[in-house]
Amino acid sequence: MKMVTAIIKPFKLDDVREALSEIGVQGITVTEVKGFGRQKGHTEIYRGAEYVVDFLPKVKVEVAVSEDRVEEVVDVIVRAANTNQIGDGKIFVSALEQTVRIRTGETGQEAL
Amino acid sequence: MTTQKYLGRSRSLLSIMLLSALPSLTLAQDGLNGANTAWILTATALVLFMTLPGLSFFYAGIVRSKNVLSVLMQCFAITCMVSILWLVYVYSLAFGEGNDWIGGLGKAFFAGVSKDSMADNGIPETVFSMFQLTFAIITPALIVGAFAERMKFSAMLLFSGIWLTLVYAPVAHWVWGGGWLQKMGLLDFAGGTVVHITAGVAALVAALVMGNRHGFPRTAMPPHNLTMTVAGAGMLWVGWFGFNAGSALAANGDAGMAMLVTHISAAAGSIAWMIAEWIRYGKPSVLGIVTGMVAGLGTITPASGFVGPAGALIIGFTAGIVCFLATNVLKRVLKIDDSLDVFPVHGVGGILGTLLAGIFASTQLGIFSGQGFAKGVTSMGQQFGIQFIGVISTMIYTAIVTFIILKVIDVIIGLRVTKEDEIQGLDISLHEERGYII
Repeated sequence: MKMVTAIIKPFKLDDVREALSEIGVQGITVTEVKGFGRQKGHTEIYRGAEYVVDFLPKVKVEVAVSEDRVEEVVDVIVRAANTNQIGDGKIFVSALEQTVRIRTGETGQEAL
Repeated sequence: MTTQKYLGRSRSLLSIMLLSALPSLTLAQDGLNGANTAWILTATALVLFMTLPGLSFFYAGIVRSKNVLSVLMQCFAITCMVSILWLVYVYSLAFGEGNDWIGGLGKAFFAGVSKDSMADNGIPETVFSMFQLTFAIITPALIVGAFAERMKFSAMLLFSGIWLTLVYAPVAHWVWGGGWLQKMGLLDFAGGTVVHITAGVAALVAALVMGNRHGFPRTAMPPHNLTMTVAGAGMLWVGWFGFNAGSALAANGDAGMAMLVTHISAAAGSIAWMIAEWIRYGKPSVLGIVTGMVAGLGTITPASGFVGPAGALIIGFTAGIVCFLATNVLKRVLKIDDSLDVFPVHGVGGILGTLLAGIFASTQLGIFSGQGFAKGVTSMGQQFGIQFIGVISTMIYTAIVTFIILKVIDVIIGLRVTKEDEIQGLDISLHEERGYII
């Protein structure tokens, strides 16, 4: 099993969610996060005082998938979240040791 | 006039018919003007509404979320404290019988003020005094913006009380209580000198004496809730009708003209600031347009009963541009942390408006004409000279006395909270509360 963690632009969340539903992904976890990458921050001006805002709002999408579906899921997210502009985000794939469905106690692939 | 005559006749009739039955009624009606009284009662409520919650919201939205309650608390506590001091002796010092410099203590605890006591224009003295009280409340509340986010609450209370006594009361007496500036012919309809210059100059001195907030100007200190600020700004605009049109102390043409010019200047100031910011920084901001509104309103205040609508248009536009430039200079060039820009908006606006009143009061400016100069003043030069003296004397007196008050309080109890408390935020460190539990 793998955990696919995607950091995307907030306004792309609906597209990503729909695209994942279409390929049959059963569940995702979404968190509002802040951070910076190559896009860096932006400047805000209040009555002439300029403040550099270092951290930009992003959305973190987490999807737990079986090994054989990783490529497909990553591919779908890349296509759905792409605007071809700096700041589109990143996807991290990491190993996932165990999954448990709380209601039934099922584990592993069964619980995905 | 007709109304007054009519009232006079009916009064004599009444006194014949009802003298034995209702003696207090006839006394109460002695010279009372119902229209004027009704309007000043209303205006009083409008001006209190400017502080609670107008100015409080306006300020509270601009500070960081960890200090939102501290600012609301300061405005509220000032309102309560000033009200009590007003009763005890400040009304007497400002408006009681006295000399050219200060009123006496004859009206301490409102001695001799009954429900039948009358002020000018057929207004009960209770109403006149309440109306003036609301001005005395908002003036120290305006200064809060200068030392926001770092002053001890105890020091703030002590400062506001002493400042009200030593700065506000005498200056109000000079200009409105029969003092030397009034006798000289200073035109200050609703408080360019008494309210805005005193508050603005005191704010600048307070910012300099207290020093900048930790991290200023390097750390970002953006407003935490501009929605609240815009709501407060709207309340200020509405309340300002009471402030300026109420200062006619009558329901008459002066009040109507004051309301008209106030409205025009607010709109012009907003637009001017918006345009200036658009050109200078590329985008028109919400905080910018509402700040321009305050600049337009503060600047028209001294001139409101004396100028015409076209003059107000010029005054408002000038206010928006000049106060915008002043704010930029103070923050970016001088790097003085007058945290909510009290001096560049209210101080500069008050100075500008008091001086411009001396010009646009003239009846010789065609469409830009006003209602004429003070009694006995014959030329624009003479009126402008008087306005200049009013501005300079108010500034110097306020600056010196404010400086001394702050220094003395600093020695006795200290002005600032500790660095730790400041970083934690005053809501928790001074009041053990949070503004938002989300």
